[in-house]
Amino acid sequence: MNQPVNPADIHKAIVEQQKIQDRKKLMVNGVLLLLLLAAPFVMYPVFLMKILCFALFAVAFNLLFGFTGLLSFGHAAFLATGGYTTGYLLSNFSGLTTEMGIIAGTATATLLGLAFALLSIRRQGIYFAMVTLALAQLVFFFFVQSEFTGGEDGMHGIPRGELFGLINLEDNLNMYYFVLVVFIACYLLVQRIVSSPYGQILKAIKQNEPRAVSLGYNVDRYKILAFVISAALAGLAGSMKSVVFQLASLNDAHWHMSGEVILMTLVGGMGTLLGPVVGATFVVNIEYQLSQGPLRDWVDPILGGIFVLTVLAFRSGIVGELQKFMRKNLG
Amino acid sequence: MTMIFGVPLAVLSGQLLIGIINGAFYALLSLGLAVIFGLLKIINFAHGAMYMLGALVTVVLFDLLGVNYWVALFVAPVLVGAFGMLIEYFLLRRIAGQDHIYSLLLTFGVALIIQGVLTNIYGVSGLRYSMPDLFKGGINLGFMFLPYYRAWVIVVALLVCFGTWFIIEKTKLGSYLRAGTEDSQLMQGFGINVPLLVSLTYGFGVMLAAFAGVLAAPIYSVTPVMGSNILIVVFAVVVIGGMGSIGGAIITGILMGVIEGLTKTFYPPASSAVIFLVMVLVLMIRPTGLFGKEA
Repeated sequence: MNQPVNPADIHKAIVEQQKIQDRKKLMVNGVLLLLLLAAPFVMYPVFLMKILCFALFAVAFNLLFGFTGLLSFGHAAFLATGGYTTGYLLSNFSGLTTEMGIIAGTATATLLGLAFALLSIRRQGIYFAMVTLALAQLVFFFFVQSEFTGGEDGMHGIPRGELFGLINLEDNLNMYYFVLVVFIACYLLVQRIVSSPYGQILKAIKQNEPRAVSLGYNVDRYKILAFVISAALAGLAGSMKSVVFQLASLNDAHWHMSGEVILMTLVGGMGTLLGPVVGATFVVNIEYQLSQGPLRDWVDPILGGIFVLTVLAFRSGIVGELQKFMRKNLG
Repeated sequence: MTMIFGVPLAVLSGQLLIGIINGAFYALLSLGLAVIFGLLKIINFAHGAMYMLGALVTVVLFDLLGVNYWVALFVAPVLVGAFGMLIEYFLLRRIAGQDHIYSLLLTFGVALIIQGVLTNIYGVSGLRYSMPDLFKGGINLGFMFLPYYRAWVIVVALLVCFGTWFIIEKTKLGSYLRAGTEDSQLMQGFGINVPLLVSLTYGFGVMLAAFAGVLAAPIYSVTPVMGSNILIVVFAVVVIGGMGSIGGAIITGILMGVIEGLTKTFYPPASSAVIFLVMVLVLMIRPTGLFGKEA
């Protein structure tokens, strides 16, 4: 027979365990932060910023796909809308400081996200994916036809300008730290959202929507909010990307981009916080490495292969598989 | 010259004809998607790639072996359909029963591979394929000129669409298919080979796409990327028509082609977006699509 256990002891043990885990997490995060701070002295800052922008894009996407269970195949629309709006404003109104342009871009993408959400939220699963894809294609055609986007040529020479009118962003290091701060802030925000009661409801919706409904939650409202936040962060990523590269192009609006962010999230590990970041780093690096080598024309099929492989064999992604491995072997 | 709403009749009917032809392609493609989805609950993102393969195989068979159009009309869909069955057998079958989203992602990856590899081999500039002699020329209908080939495309596409609808909705084979998706275990219990049925259905849907590809080869530019953009239009068509319905896919396909053609006549800049606009409208008024049954 089992020894009777004092509930207080269990509680103490759990708290103790939690403390150790928290300390571990803090250490890991501290080391990561140091690495990110030191990175531009070792690697090319623009490349790092590219990774950060895509990582933010993937984090935004993951909030919707990984945590709410809604597969949007139209997130490129938000990335591009953020990018084009910011680019247009900064190019044409020299009085605007950079952060104002970025805020405006993010706001536009947020509104677009609301429109998308209202139109698509009543459909589920693959229907939802197809509706968002088609809506994003509509946005794509709008950008193709519009004068201000520069059509096929794209929007060039967007000035980086000065942050708050004070900090010169033409300097790559300044730019990098700005992007890093924004990225970390957004990452923490998503972390906060996911662990909040609201985030728990999102997870409940993902796991079993009818049950969430029967518990009395108005799931559509929760889903719309998740969609809008996700669109806003994706727009922010696009806005920053256009400032970093001083360029906004149709590539960002094309549905291939929507596919790419799915790949990043899936490869990194959907439904994990760090997964999309790892995935974005992985995909951006692979694309860069391939484009430098003899396989430069084979980027698409190789990405496709990674897609197929991930879906078939590593559905939890790099971070997810690592977590499984650690749980199995390290207790 | 007769004018309608300030547009010459000949221009209008010409655009209408192009619209109907595009609509015939949309119908064939969305029909294939609807068959695969309706019966297997797989969203086939590789559908555009299969359409492209149909056209490309036609051109390559002609260039290498001199296979003529009529043979290609039969051989290319069979080859591509067999290829589709291989994909079903080796890839899709492994994720059967999982969330449908994974089949979409898997076929998306497959489409990237097929398209990317063929782009490296054939480039994107477009291969040429000449029309069979029989179809050269056309007839003057008085108000417009109707090329023979275009008439043929419309007729044959409609026949194939109707035939497919008939098989699935009205024959015994069709009732097996529908029953197999309703309750595959029970069907298995009745001694029907459900996995084979699934393979065949996927192969058949792919064949429809490849068949559309063969029809397209003489009139559209054949490139490895020709399927990627039409696919998204077809997705919109499917959303408008409502996913569950086979007949709905056919009617909506043709209707959308016509609407696109009319837009091209009256307001050209919106022609590539109009189908998506219609989709938005339909979603607002009737979220399940025009012919859809449930959400």
